[in-house]
Amino acid sequence: MDLTQRTVGAALFAKGVSRRGFMKFCATTASLMALPPTLIPTIAEALEKARRPSVIWLPFQECTGCTESLTRSNTPTLESLVFDAISLDYHETLQAAAGHAAEEARETAMQANWGNYLLAVDGSIPLGNPGYSTIGGVSNVDLLKKVAAGAKAIVAIGTCASFGGLPQARPNPTGAVGVSELIKDKPVINISGCPPIPSAITGVLAQYLVFGQLPEMDALGRPKAFYGQTIHDRCYRRPFYERGQFAETFDDEGAKRGWCLFKLGCKGPVTYNACATVKWNLGTGFPIEAGHGCIGCSEPRFWDAGGFYEPLSTTRWGSWQTVGAAAAAGAAIGAAAALAARARRSGAATETKP
Amino acid sequence: MTAENPRLVVDPVTRIEGHLRVEATLEGSTIAEAYSSGTMVRGIEIILRGRDPRDAWAFAQRICGVCTLVHGIASIRSVEDALGIGLPNNAQIIRNLMIAAQYVHDHVMHFYHLHALDWVDVVSALKADPAATSTLAQSISPYARSSPGHFADVQRRVKALVDSGQLGIFANAYWGHPAYKLPSEANLMAVAHYLDALEWQRQVAQLHTIFGGKNPHPMFLVGGVPCPIDLNSDSALNAKRLGQVGDIIRQMRSFVDEVYVPDTLAIAGFYKDWGGQGEGLGNFMTCGEFPAGQAGELDQLMIPRGVILNRNLAEIQEVDFKDPDQVQEFVAHSYYDYSGGKAQGLHPWAGETALNYSGPKPPYEQLDVEQSYSWLKSPRWRGHAMEVGPLARVLMLYAKGHAQTRELVGMTLKKLDVPVTALYSTLGRVAARTLETKIIADAMQGMYDNLLASIKAGDTRTFNETRWEPSTWPARARGIGYMEAPRGALTHFIVIEHGKITNYQAVVPSTWNAGPRDSKGQPGAYEAALVGHKLADPKQPIEILRTIHSFDPCIACAVHVVDPDQGELVQVKVA
Repeated sequence: MDLTQRTVGAALFAKGVSRRGFMKFCATTASLMALPPTLIPTIAEALEKARRPSVIWLPFQECTGCTESLTRSNTPTLESLVFDAISLDYHETLQAAAGHAAEEARETAMQANWGNYLLAVDGSIPLGNPGYSTIGGVSNVDLLKKVAAGAKAIVAIGTCASFGGLPQARPNPTGAVGVSELIKDKPVINISGCPPIPSAITGVLAQYLVFGQLPEMDALGRPKAFYGQTIHDRCYRRPFYERGQFAETFDDEGAKRGWCLFKLGCKGPVTYNACATVKWNLGTGFPIEAGHGCIGCSEPRFWDAGGFYEPLSTTRWGSWQTVGAAAAAGAAIGAAAALAARARRSGAATETKP
Repeated sequence: MTAENPRLVVDPVTRIEGHLRVEATLEGSTIAEAYSSGTMVRGIEIILRGRDPRDAWAFAQRICGVCTLVHGIASIRSVEDALGIGLPNNAQIIRNLMIAAQYVHDHVMHFYHLHALDWVDVVSALKADPAATSTLAQSISPYARSSPGHFADVQRRVKALVDSGQLGIFANAYWGHPAYKLPSEANLMAVAHYLDALEWQRQVAQLHTIFGGKNPHPMFLVGGVPCPIDLNSDSALNAKRLGQVGDIIRQMRSFVDEVYVPDTLAIAGFYKDWGGQGEGLGNFMTCGEFPAGQAGELDQLMIPRGVILNRNLAEIQEVDFKDPDQVQEFVAHSYYDYSGGKAQGLHPWAGETALNYSGPKPPYEQLDVEQSYSWLKSPRWRGHAMEVGPLARVLMLYAKGHAQTRELVGMTLKKLDVPVTALYSTLGRVAARTLETKIIADAMQGMYDNLLASIKAGDTRTFNETRWEPSTWPARARGIGYMEAPRGALTHFIVIEHGKITNYQAVVPSTWNAGPRDSKGQPGAYEAALVGHKLADPKQPIEILRTIHSFDPCIACAVHVVDPDQGELVQVKVA
């Protein structure tokens, strides 16, 4: 793939030729070369071979933490994605053009890559009123539907885009929903997390772009490569859970010795994510390693599932675990402990109801 | 506005955080009036009602992922203020280190990845001579990555991207605009540093990971920090992890000293005319930061608190956030209602607001600027509009006689050969951001040394558990958490009743700066700063972008909904 040679296709698209126009060009080429019309798709493919796949990123009710996380990745890096693997044709945080020029760049890329671009979304979409969130005077719902129409697949980045996230937390003032509640006719990959681990974002993108296929996903649409195991099943403190050695408070002997944080509210047993294996920021660490329990940020409605410092056994997490989540796995001891905890929970009161 | 003469619109304003729309009335090619509009709302303060105060920091922190940490800290301080929770010394130092690290990371990224493309012509870099670029780079800094070969590599990479015809984030921009003044070699050097900064920021973010588990959105804890200290444990803050923190501080300081500061001075030298526009208000506010003792000991803050009115550095005004006559929020041109009418200004503790989108039905071409036009409110101090942020802080430090600040400001003015009035401008704001980054990065060394000394003296406490249980809390408590965030003064106001949050309000730096006109028609900082800008080509609004970006907008932060007081239900009206 010699990117120093500008492809014919690239040159035409850069000049604003539409996809239909490009196919017409290929048909003309075929006839000029006295080649049968059946070869037109092959010609088109060959002309396009050096093109990097187009990615259009739409930000809705987001905090931009997912974009920040993207920039923290080193496997692959943002730079190598943007220079070598993809053409990031619309990203409001990073792109040079603004206003109408930015919108035109998006339109041009959409037309040139219709049916083939990847749509990335961060932030939830408000349904309560179109004026709650607009870009260029256009409501999020309208923009999402318009851009999704030409996408090959959609990647919902972060818990907000995947499941509604923080804006959706009780009482959901703006009627926020995740992407897959609105888009039903295209494949949607949910890379959840608040934000997702940096290399989960780039790793999933790389898997899709390099191997050309959708990753295997769990029942919530999350790629199994990153969301196939619970934090609990991969946590380095698991032996202490098994032995019943828990930190009772944040500064005590157990905390200092790295004992299990279950009693301090850790939601690791019911959270599917790769924090305990891939870890954060060049593999440096993750919340449990820094002494704070997991808050469950890659799960739907984790904001409303109970206090972050209330032990799992006293919260409503047990019911969430059965709703569409991947099958319970893990050691028999762990499973039995979780069951026993749920049984103990029957007397505990939590008033957090949606 | 008339149908024949619509206002210029920039929406989306890119290379910011969040959703900002700017509309400007032009007289000829000069901006006569400007209107700043936040176009997205979530209602996080409503969402916080009914929650456990010990959880609030996690919710609040997601107000923004670019200024990650800042709302978490402000939230935690508000709870600790309300409940009277004192912090162990080590916890205060660790928080200060995390705050400082956020400043350094955030400001460097802003300069290169958000602001630079307003001043640096990427396509022009392709015409540069790599050897001459190396000479330039080595003449301004000892930074090691400066060989001709390195710049040739960078140039090749950019050329391949441009030649592919798929320019991605560089597509359809303003390359070749006459407002770009840098020689090609300076452009190539800046592009190389843009890439270096991306690599650097990944590494220095690890400070947050060590103390808080992850970045973005590290973990915090009311009453302390979650990471315990134990030199003899493999799973606490030990010599290895603390050593890594020391390395990161060195890495931060050397990039700031060898790349960020020299680049700022070099680039500013070509844009001195931007020292003559973009000021806006001349009023500046800080809430203060880096408490040496407890957060409430305001005389122990490294960055002091105060207000400067009309550039008067000789008379610093005192600020009391509890005083109902000082900070007030107005909604005259915001999509909210007050039961006492839209002309009212309310102290955040007396807040009483309802979402009311009364703007044009999307899709729309123009805002109705005579009515409400923004999801941002208009905070005012004693009725004055204020600028917050790096320029406010540098001026405050200067006014209070901070030696390093005076030295750095003097050096900068001398090197650029501009008068002191040049500080009050777009260029001044950019330079202030750079200078305070150096001041704060340098201060990290002292904080770190203090932490090590404390541990060496035998103090390893990181958490005060005495008020952890709700049973130890009073039935009703109010608190204010301040935090001088990279973009400016941030305050969270909390009311806790019977163990739950009943009222939560955030007055955020970008609300001060980006808010719309108040009930007296006084513009906010962005709106005032843009007046008088001459646009070489209204279709390529570089001049607007340069000044807006100098404020480092963070609009997710700026938009908020104030909870009604006394258990009133929020009314959601559809226009």
